[in-house]
Amino acid sequence: MNWKKHGWKVLPILLLIYAVVAGLTIRVPDLPIVEESIRNLFYHVGMWFAMMVMFVISFVYSLRHLRTFSRRDDIMAHEAASVGLLFGLLGIFTGMIWAKNTWGAYWVKDPQLIGAAVSILAYMAYFVLRSSLDEVHKRARIAAVYNIFAFVMLVVFIGILPRMAESSLHPSSTNDPGMTVKELDNTMRYVFYPAALGWILLGVWIIDLRVRWRKLRESLDDVNP
Amino acid sequence: MRFVTEVWQLVRKEAVLEIRQKYALNGILLYVLSTVFVTYLAFDRIIQPSTWNALFWIIMLFAAVNAVSKSFVQESQGRHLYYFNLASPLSIITSKMIYNGLLMMMLGALNLFIFVLLMDHFVQHWTYFILNLMLGCVGLSGLLTMIAAISARTNNNFSLMAILSFPIVLPLLLTLIRASGAALETVWTPAPSLMLAIGLLSILPAALALLLYPYLWQD
Repeated sequence: MNWKKHGWKVLPILLLIYAVVAGLTIRVPDLPIVEESIRNLFYHVGMWFAMMVMFVISFVYSLRHLRTFSRRDDIMAHEAASVGLLFGLLGIFTGMIWAKNTWGAYWVKDPQLIGAAVSILAYMAYFVLRSSLDEVHKRARIAAVYNIFAFVMLVVFIGILPRMAESSLHPSSTNDPGMTVKELDNTMRYVFYPAALGWILLGVWIIDLRVRWRKLRESLDDVNP
Repeated sequence: MRFVTEVWQLVRKEAVLEIRQKYALNGILLYVLSTVFVTYLAFDRIIQPSTWNALFWIIMLFAAVNAVSKSFVQESQGRHLYYFNLASPLSIITSKMIYNGLLMMMLGALNLFIFVLLMDHFVQHWTYFILNLMLGCVGLSGLLTMIAAISARTNNNFSLMAILSFPIVLPLLLTLIRASGAALETVWTPAPSLMLAIGLLSILPAALALLLYPYLWQD
């Protein structure tokens, strides 16, 4: 095994083991209603951060694709978007369980939830668009154009949405969307940041594997179509 | 200067084509007419201004998606190639956006007219409402024209048009519904942040379309 090249993969494993063990055992502030469920923050918000990072990676590679027109950039953009979608669905799922136990319903009309649902719909549309195009180069270019277009619109949307709504159930969302970190208890920070980093690195690892798998498959297709 | 004449000629071409083959234009006008009529029959009487507002914008959205989805399909592959020999891609997308913007305003006016005719209205501040509607038409045309250009490159473009546009159009639509809802209240409270949001969301798609369209048309 090549440690220089693959050694970093130890990091997400360790970080996430730490996040699970410490996340379930450390002392957390005793808040009304939220109570012990505040531990979900390490997983729900962490996955949310990871999703955003994946979508940014996808956006950057789409931009690069329009400069270089290389196959690799397109594969990267595609796989980053699919891993981002996976984290988004997991984030919504963990958030729904949390919402049911604190707010009393699986789904509420909250700016952050609308933003999340719209992003997920947009990326699902991205995959539908990809699958409707057969020719490889054309698909890569058109998908990149849609990805850039959708990403910019979504960023603006998520930026203005919380300011438009009168109130939000999410903490401190009126001025800083998605950032519950500011209100974090100090001991929780020691778990939250490693957990978020762990999720992000895990996402990068999955992208790496998927890209390599896709390349192998394509080279196989070249040998015996 | 060449850009302006190109755009002008292309917008004129669109209008002339539309007038010559009337079925597309008539089709979309009839679409608005019958949708509003169905809504009118489905609801006994609309009491809440917010319901009126929501229905108005939902019909506007569907009519807009329908109208714009035709704009790239009508032209065959060969004719596209011909245009690109004559004009720059920038003037082509600009002309499409301008033409669709005008079409959208016509649809908006018709939609409003039939709405008021059949279902009365709750509008308290007409200037603000109409200004908002016009801005909305500009924004919708920029956004939907770009999506139409994308989906025209695929094979099954009509269903894709709706799938691709709804998630992205939602920000603009929500802001528009909120702003036009304010025009239905007796006391209009100016919301500068809302106006800024609408302005941004109307201009941004057009700017992005200008940047990205050159990558889209080539094969």
